[in-house]
Amino acid sequence: MLDTIGAPALEDLYAHLPESVRFAGSLNIPPGRSEYEIIDYFRARGSENIHARANFLGAGVYHHYRPVLVDTVVSRGEFLTSYTPYQAEISQGTLTAIFEFQTMICQLTGMDVANASMYDGSTAVPEAAMMAMRITGRSGIAVARTVHPEYREVLSTYTRHQGISVSEFEYDVQSGQVDLESLDQAMNENTAAVIIQSPNFFGMVENTKLIAEIVHARGALLVFVFSEAVSLGLLEPPRDADIVAGELQSFAIAPSYGGPFAGVLAAKEQYVRQIPGRLVGETKDTNGNRAFCLTLATREQHIRREKATSNICTNQALIALMATVFMAVYGKQGLRELAEQNLAKSHYLGERLWRRFNGPYFNEFVAVTGPRSVEEINGRLQSLQIVGGLPLDRFYPELGNSVLLCCTEMSRRADMDAVAEAFGA
Amino acid sequence: MIRKVRSHPSQNEALLFEMSSPGKVGYQLPPLDVPGVDPAGALGAERVRAEIENFPEVSEVDVIRHFTRLSTWNYAIDLGLYPLGSCTMKYNPRVNEAVARTDGLMWIHPYQPDALAQGALAILAELERVLIEITGMDAVTLQPAAGAHGELTGILLVRAVLEAQGNMRRKVIVPDSAHGTNPSTVHTAGYEVVNVASNDRGMLDVDALERMVDEDVAAIMITNPNTLGVFEENIARVAEIFHAKGALVYMDGANMNALAGISRPGDYGIDLMHLNLHKTFSTPHGGGGPGSGPVAVKKQFEPFLPLPRLRRATSGWSWDYDRPKSIGRVRAFYGNFGVLVRALAYLMAHGGDGLRRATQDALLNANYLRKLLEPHYKIAYNAPSMHECVFSNPSTSAIAKRLIDYGFHPYTVSFPLIVHGAMMIEPTETESKQELDLFADALISIAKECDENPDLVLKAPYSTRTAKVDEVAAARKPILKWKG
Repeated sequence: MLDTIGAPALEDLYAHLPESVRFAGSLNIPPGRSEYEIIDYFRARGSENIHARANFLGAGVYHHYRPVLVDTVVSRGEFLTSYTPYQAEISQGTLTAIFEFQTMICQLTGMDVANASMYDGSTAVPEAAMMAMRITGRSGIAVARTVHPEYREVLSTYTRHQGISVSEFEYDVQSGQVDLESLDQAMNENTAAVIIQSPNFFGMVENTKLIAEIVHARGALLVFVFSEAVSLGLLEPPRDADIVAGELQSFAIAPSYGGPFAGVLAAKEQYVRQIPGRLVGETKDTNGNRAFCLTLATREQHIRREKATSNICTNQALIALMATVFMAVYGKQGLRELAEQNLAKSHYLGERLWRRFNGPYFNEFVAVTGPRSVEEINGRLQSLQIVGGLPLDRFYPELGNSVLLCCTEMSRRADMDAVAEAFGA
Repeated sequence: MIRKVRSHPSQNEALLFEMSSPGKVGYQLPPLDVPGVDPAGALGAERVRAEIENFPEVSEVDVIRHFTRLSTWNYAIDLGLYPLGSCTMKYNPRVNEAVARTDGLMWIHPYQPDALAQGALAILAELERVLIEITGMDAVTLQPAAGAHGELTGILLVRAVLEAQGNMRRKVIVPDSAHGTNPSTVHTAGYEVVNVASNDRGMLDVDALERMVDEDVAAIMITNPNTLGVFEENIARVAEIFHAKGALVYMDGANMNALAGISRPGDYGIDLMHLNLHKTFSTPHGGGGPGSGPVAVKKQFEPFLPLPRLRRATSGWSWDYDRPKSIGRVRAFYGNFGVLVRALAYLMAHGGDGLRRATQDALLNANYLRKLLEPHYKIAYNAPSMHECVFSNPSTSAIAKRLIDYGFHPYTVSFPLIVHGAMMIEPTETESKQELDLFADALISIAKECDENPDLVLKAPYSTRTAKVDEVAAARKPILKWKG
């Protein structure tokens, strides 16, 4: 090949680079290792993390069972090793699956349009906020303090330099839900959107319909956020919201220390041209057969450059495919039963502990510690190879002695009993 | 003559919703080991949905056949050369997939105490170290989820550093050959985009840049090698010019597959850059994602990097949240950990020398293809190619579709925009000479068809199960979900 090119040696292929930009040294990276050595290294690192028999952490990342079919499908090279489906004629597999994904997200959320995925829930939130600003021409955002604290931090990073003012409103200290008075005070004539999460960070289910009425009366849009997608199997969909931004990790996506996950962005029909990211649409081929392709690309950065709805390019297609397979496996009946199991498990433990809030909860709740400190409780559980709940004062200084606990279909009764015992209940 | 493929039947397949029949299930759940709870009682009847209307009802066999059949409608790297320019579609080693599914890595929760996640933190620390070594930078954040997310992080860092100097500026310069994400990012970060034309060689126009840069310019975003696959030979000079005016230099590292091991941007004036682990370091594209876009920076940016930062103490690794100058969080948790694991596995498999060799092979393959194709296609700009080459042909779209009949995925069509009818070809180092020869033969044969029977090329493809797709109709009246 070098002969064909007419270069004596590989180094001659870049001999035209000025001396000043060439790296003459040798990279300080150990010599290439064999497959077995690599597996061995990662196994060793894996064993340095706790391998818990049970994990009661939730807070945006949930331990749900992953049906075997999910990895079977996403390991197929045709899905794993293909690019963004720009060439529709040879990408119908990915395109069809995304179309099914968009449809199922709409069915779950009650929205009319869903995109092909965002990076994750946390980045879907600022994208929804920016979308609301373009739609309303207003520049204020009011966000509930019960929205995931890290989602709110990301919102602040994104909005800081765009002339957007973000204000936060409180939760009701009894119910753990949105404080409607505080919400009312946080809004003004410049409020583009109000952002709430349900189940919220404390696991509480919000009165979305009522909040939507309050928000719409002020001419603002309601952005509904979810981080526990399994709840949608049981809860009334947020059809009164205008935009839905969510996280699909619960749908067969492993916790994997926080990523990769897949974000959802869905909205009412009239806002379709303000949606960021990729959209797949149905059309026909020249033989009149149904076909799918990427569409409405004039919203996107590769066409519109600085006038695009977002700078997003890569999304989370393979992760969204995991969620798609998950939704197909569980289906209408299974997702309901799964959600009901989560509800039953969390209430089994929740009813035995002193809960901070009295609002309705799905699979997470805030427990108040009794005679033992949070550290002592989690230390006892750790000795049983159980990871306890999240101490809440990390994000809410006012919530000392409070632990956010999550129970899913994977929480065994005996382990939940151990948690109750560790609390001294 | 078409040598790579012949036709085989592919199965028709309905949508999940069309296959559904009431009561069919594909899941199993263990029986509840606790008492059941009445949803209406626990949550209030008004909060409980009746059912998920039209949601699929299919069996396990239905699911596996459905997605397997769909998969056969895709082209993929595993089927052959995927020469999308600037996308670096190289082979995705399967050991990476295996290690990412290690139990102790896959099932760890981001909020478990640092002491219970030391293995994960050690992996991240090692990846940071290796990426610093490759880029010649001083620090790296692994958090950005993709290239464009890395760009946004980078431009927010530019802003933070300048503002900390009391140096408010309004504009960022972006060459017209840049990816669309660059100008879009600049806008999102609250800066004004100033587009600058490339010179008649498709390169940075040093004189024009020197005239443009003033006290209101915050930075320039440079893709290097640029989207023509050509090394910006004046990049060090441009960096000097910008630094002299107090402006910063951001490098879009999308094309780092041309540089790893042979050129380190941190050594010649680049202040910060992002990497696309899903390009250069082989993590799978997965039909559009997930990616990962770490940002590598010089020392002065370190205090401003996103929260949280890895910290080494005598007791081990931990996350540091006490960083008052930080630009804040760019996403929840710590990055696309599973993708980062795969990238480190790739880097371990190669080692330092292996990385340089991979880069050399990427250059070899691109220059070999260029040599074979140059007699038949017009090279866009006659500068030495690095890892990709760009030809110019007004029929680029049609030729691309005709390539499908020859068994290949098309190259990148009509990009960069500065080339009329761009055909942007990046073979990557993982292709063999046999595959490259087949590909060159296909393009040479199509060139002949263009002369002898242009209509044949214009109406392609003929061999796909889906004929040419009407994208105009899709956009005119969007149907974005199944409506029954």
